[in-house]
Amino acid sequence: MLSYVSSRVLQTVAVLLVISFIAFLLVQNLGDPLAILLPPDATLAQRDALVRALHLNQPIVARFFSFVVDMLHGNFGISYRTQEPVAKLIAERFPATAELAFVSLLITIVIGIPAGVYCGVRPRSWMARAIMFTSIAGVTLPNFVVGVVLIAVFSVRLGWLPSFGRGATVNLGFWTTGLLTRSGWESIILPAIALSTFQVTFVIRLLRTQLMEVGRSEHIRFARARGLPDRRIWYVYAIKNTLLPVITIMGLQLGNIIAFSVVTENVFAWPGLGTLFLQSIQAADIPVIAVYLIFVGAVFMVINLAVELSYPLIDPRILKRTS
Amino acid sequence: MKNRTRLVCRLALAGSMLVPLTTGAVAADFKFAGPLDAYTLDPHAVSNTLIFAILSNVYEPLVERGADLQLEPALATSWKQIDATTWEFDLRKGVKFQNGDPFNADDVVFSMDRARKGGVKTNLSQVASIAKVDDYTVRITTVSTDPVLPNQIVDWYIMDKEWAEQNGAVEPGSANNKTETYANRNANGTGPYEIASRDPGVKTVFEKNPDWWGKMTGNVDTATFFVIPNPATRVSALISGQVDMIDAVPPQDASQIDTTKGLHVQAGPDLRTVYLQPDVDRDQLIYGSEQSKNPFKDIRVRQAMQLAIDTTAIQKRIMGGYSMPDGLPIGQQVNGWDSELGAPVQPDLAKAKQLMVDAGYPDGFSVTLDCTNDRFMNDEATCLAIAAFLGKINITVTPRAQTTSRWAAQVNPPGYNTSLALLGYSPATYDAGLFLSVIVATRDPKTGRGAFNIGGYSNPKVDALITQINAETDKTKRDGYLHEALKLVKDDVGFIPIHQLKILWGVKDNVDVVQPANFGYPLRYFKVN
Repeated sequence: MLSYVSSRVLQTVAVLLVISFIAFLLVQNLGDPLAILLPPDATLAQRDALVRALHLNQPIVARFFSFVVDMLHGNFGISYRTQEPVAKLIAERFPATAELAFVSLLITIVIGIPAGVYCGVRPRSWMARAIMFTSIAGVTLPNFVVGVVLIAVFSVRLGWLPSFGRGATVNLGFWTTGLLTRSGWESIILPAIALSTFQVTFVIRLLRTQLMEVGRSEHIRFARARGLPDRRIWYVYAIKNTLLPVITIMGLQLGNIIAFSVVTENVFAWPGLGTLFLQSIQAADIPVIAVYLIFVGAVFMVINLAVELSYPLIDPRILKRTS
Repeated sequence: MKNRTRLVCRLALAGSMLVPLTTGAVAADFKFAGPLDAYTLDPHAVSNTLIFAILSNVYEPLVERGADLQLEPALATSWKQIDATTWEFDLRKGVKFQNGDPFNADDVVFSMDRARKGGVKTNLSQVASIAKVDDYTVRITTVSTDPVLPNQIVDWYIMDKEWAEQNGAVEPGSANNKTETYANRNANGTGPYEIASRDPGVKTVFEKNPDWWGKMTGNVDTATFFVIPNPATRVSALISGQVDMIDAVPPQDASQIDTTKGLHVQAGPDLRTVYLQPDVDRDQLIYGSEQSKNPFKDIRVRQAMQLAIDTTAIQKRIMGGYSMPDGLPIGQQVNGWDSELGAPVQPDLAKAKQLMVDAGYPDGFSVTLDCTNDRFMNDEATCLAIAAFLGKINITVTPRAQTTSRWAAQVNPPGYNTSLALLGYSPATYDAGLFLSVIVATRDPKTGRGAFNIGGYSNPKVDALITQINAETDKTKRDGYLHEALKLVKDDVGFIPIHQLKILWGVKDNVDVVQPANFGYPLRYFKVN
């Protein structure tokens, strides 16, 4: 177990370093941060002074080196755009994105898993066919279309739910939450649904195919031959065998939601990391974008690591295979 | 002139509607939304219209622009030029900052020193020094003769010296600081509103300053500004009644707002004017087919381009009527614009084709047009339309539309890496003199003149006039020089004006808002009925 864990952790650290270098290189090509920092009629001398002050005239390798050194000292730099510490900006925006991801994951689990199991167990029933049919819409419709339609129906036409923002939030000191207020819950419903449509349908389809395949496998047929009740066969023996890919996918999807809720956040003016990312890109705010990309990389790696470390709990054979 | 009188009438009308309501006006809550937030609350850190739009409610300059953009006394009650390079300002007495500290000349001197260390120093480049005469009098000395200094300091906000010292905010915020300054998130001005709370990039809450020295004509007690980047969501927020006003209405949604009961679109002039500038400096097209000679150096080609572009069609088809074709690359509200020079050039395709033949380009050439896709209303669509019009005289235009930050890296100094660019500008002083010095003058890296002359236009006669304009204190004479210079610029066709933009707000029918051309949100004039 120890060697399994340490090899996974080491891989994670190596990948993170590579990600930060790539992020840094990408960001250098983004545009001219001076466009936002200087008024349109600044003189060349003022321009040069700012270039020197921001060290934009030094070679990339030197800048990357000082960037990494600063980061290892816990100094993530200061935003060109808002002149706030980058770490603070990200820490302030992260709760919004994390809560959005959490609620949409909840929706995925509550709707996706039962519906997927049902479709897998009774693939021929009219209900399963109806679910499969509507799930096509979930897979094919882009996030922002779902978001705009939800706003048009539930905010503009019916006036039930707010179309933007996060509602009232409660500051817990280390975390601002919108999940303790009524307006917070009202605000999170539409974006969470918009964000979860894809995952819900994805999980339904995945579970269905997995269950149908497991249903034909030998141990299930054997269980059936022994005369075990249907319920026990499906819910105890079959589902366990389908969980591995589902957990992998859900874990990656959680990373995806945190990293790429950019579109949904933009549509709902959700004050999370995605919105911060877009605002920073518009302004070519290099320090924020670089740290954001590294942060997202880290989130992915951590989730992936957690998923991999949970495999042996579900399937003990994995440990035997590696050792 | 017609449009200007209409604007004045509209504002006068708005004013007259507001005045009777000041007595016994009920406390009102006002919610509004825009696409972007002010980057910082520090008034001296960055020179940016958005920051000024928000901060003008909290901080005040010595001289401000009123609803009709005319200069009005703010923290200075009167000012006069006592010699060619010295201006004297009498300060308002009895004014208090929002923390209760009294306002006096020390704060003004401090704010000048602080501002000249920050990003707004570009707006104050004319200032040589400032001196306190007594507690309520200051003198500003300019580097050279400066007849328009009050125009140049309208965005210079006064901060409390004691407050800055107590909170360690003596130095203005800057992008290379290692720590955030206190003034970045906290504000303490003398203005009509205080910042009650702020979540940067999300929302800002304003609360009325009960001790403000001025007389408020609106009735807004608390105002909340939300940042909603997505235009469709912004429109939805207005239609569903969550906000009373939205900024930056997409023109394609304007009719939807106008036809919704209880809402209307309010369109006022934006000082920014969009124009094309070809590179007339290099000997070849760096992004185009002509490598041996530069066709833009031939005035006939530039004239042909101007005649081929139908700006009225762009106004109708692309801008939904929300733009004003212009004959000059400056807006109608800018001092120096007049109806004679400002009349748009009428398109004439036959003549344009003939000019291309005369210039030796009957089969045209190809060139890349640099434009933005997130800076002005429908800028990318305008760019494509221009490409189509120029196609009619066989100039094959490849539009290269990029985000502002990438576009700026492309066309801005020191590279000027463009052969043809779609640009936009509004002089912060509302005076064509600044436009001429920064955009039209021959590039001179030493003095900074012509730094943003992207196409390298150069006319020695215009340069001589600019020197005269910058030294002349007599307004009539100076306006005469402005006219002369702008006429030369127009005749040279070094700049091809497209249109002056409009500011589009979606507003609930029960609120009266004043919409200044400088993008401000002057809450003190707003009235919720």
